[in-house]
Amino acid sequence: MRRAHRLVPFLLALSAAACSKKQPEVAPQPADTTTRPAPAPAPTPPPPPAPTGDAAAETTRRLTAELGNVIHFDYDQDAIKPEDVPVLDSKAAILKANPAVRIRISGHADDRGSDEYNLVLGNKRALAAKRYLESKGVAGTRIEVTSFGEERPVDPAANESAWAKNRRAEFEILAGGDRLVQPQ
Amino acid sequence: MSVQSGGKTVWRLGKLAVSAHVLIVALLLVTPLGAQDTVRVGITYQPGVRPGLVVLPAPGLDSIQAIVARDLDFSDRFEVIALTQPPPGASGGQTTPLNYAFYRALGATLAVELAPASGDFVRMRLYDLAAERVGGEVTLALERSGVGESRMAVHGLSDEIVRRATGQSGIAATRILFLNHEDKRIWRVDSDGAGLVPVSPAGLAVMSAVWSPDGSRIAYSQFSRDGGKPIVLQTLGTGTRAVLPIGATKQNITPAFSPDGRSLLYAGMSEAGTALYVLNAQDLCCVERLTTGRFAENFSPAYSPDGRRVVFVSTRAGGQQIYSMAADGTDQELLVPFDYGETGNSNAPEWSPDGTSIAFHREVNRAPQVWIFDLAARRPRQLTSSGRNEDPSWGPDSRHLVFVSDRTGRRQLFVVDTETNRVRQIMTPSSARLPAWSRTLLRSH
Repeated sequence: MRRAHRLVPFLLALSAAACSKKQPEVAPQPADTTTRPAPAPAPTPPPPPAPTGDAAAETTRRLTAELGNVIHFDYDQDAIKPEDVPVLDSKAAILKANPAVRIRISGHADDRGSDEYNLVLGNKRALAAKRYLESKGVAGTRIEVTSFGEERPVDPAANESAWAKNRRAEFEILAGGDRLVQPQ
Repeated sequence: MSVQSGGKTVWRLGKLAVSAHVLIVALLLVTPLGAQDTVRVGITYQPGVRPGLVVLPAPGLDSIQAIVARDLDFSDRFEVIALTQPPPGASGGQTTPLNYAFYRALGATLAVELAPASGDFVRMRLYDLAAERVGGEVTLALERSGVGESRMAVHGLSDEIVRRATGQSGIAATRILFLNHEDKRIWRVDSDGAGLVPVSPAGLAVMSAVWSPDGSRIAYSQFSRDGGKPIVLQTLGTGTRAVLPIGATKQNITPAFSPDGRSLLYAGMSEAGTALYVLNAQDLCCVERLTTGRFAENFSPAYSPDGRRVVFVSTRAGGQQIYSMAADGTDQELLVPFDYGETGNSNAPEWSPDGTSIAFHREVNRAPQVWIFDLAARRPRQLTSSGRNEDPSWGPDSRHLVFVSDRTGRRQLFVVDTETNRVRQIMTPSSARLPAWSRTLLRSH
């Protein structure tokens, strides 16, 4: 089971790279262009190494950070807050431009409610984020959810500012994130 | 293995150099002695009235005497007077007749005497000071230092004293499981605060441990690295772990054993909400869903002691409140009344072993407090008020609760006597959460 899970995103990554519209932008291989007829536009060759390595890496780094941006919730609520809508919209665009990417959303709670209910609440928060991304056209099969309840606070203090930081959903790339392309 | 004559129960267990588990198994084996003919001391148990009980000096058995005296104090059923020196003018009962009048004058109606018997045996006598007679005698083989696992045998002796003196269950020969906040492992501690040890494996975050009814296994929810939460059954003697088959849900929380140990209830989280499921805990198969309804959360189940009903938390009316249903999932109803929009969230219900009450916590001004719902009177009663007090679990006497409180700062375990509200703390290495109190782990009758 685990092996198959790992293989699928890898294959997806390969096929996505093969179909990527970014492909024609990279410099063609210099060899053999004169002895062969011009290649048909549809079947693209296997992905060449990115020549603009630094720029591509920089893009990947920036998009990875954007995908990882945390969203926050009100006390005992799982509704997406208005200020987090652009954050999620940006993630949805990146996910659509990079169809090989699979993510896990983990929901977290502050430590004020019941310990066991907070697991349920964390799950509801992760699901709320997942449903939003699905509503923007990201396939639900690419998104796993889990809950940590109140078990992993970013700030263990017992004050409103710490609690506000802890009521959150985190986004983690599970697969397909090695090279990310900028959404159009 | 055991000899019984008149009101006398004798355990012959041989040397206690044997390992802990052997000891416990041996005691469990001799458990059903059928001691219906044991002599009860002539006091009738009355709530709120605590008879005086003298624990006589026990030369050479100081550790055992101290454990017994403390257990009897923690039972909250006696005014315990523990004597370390024989009072001048009072003859002990070991060689000469007990000076009944002297101890009556101390305000006691009972006296407990511990004396070395032959070999590794310790003899306990319970004196009825009013009737001036021996009300019961138990001889028990144990390590006289009263350390390590032999402590549990001493606790069994304490429970025997409680039973003979009052006819009620004791809480001494029990352990409490809890989540150690720092390492996210399940630890256990004896009822008197001794014997702190981690139980679940190192390096694994787990939550919500519960005991199997016979005390041989525990179940908990494990945070796996792939984001799943399997329910794991761990056998305490061997440490063997079995991961329960996952039904339709990858994240499973809040397990609960049925009183016969055959079924295990838990809450499974899915995109459609959180539902209660039951499976066969012996064959580890046959998952069945018990609650329906999309986008409602149902979790934290606990069985009634007869196994016919289940109390649980549901958000079906908005916030978290306490519901009950038949064990097959039918006949679901609100159990603990609440005022919509006013009553705070209510969580962590547990049925008392005598079946009469539900302990739970309910938020009052956003801080959880321990409440008890009397099933006959249909009325909830608030037990705590200072700080945050949550996740109560019943002792086997249906009178004491262990719960978590931050009244002294970080979250720690406390035991409260629900009749007198007397509270004592159980010290733990870091913050302690989600306690689960065992049933009696070793019975003397």
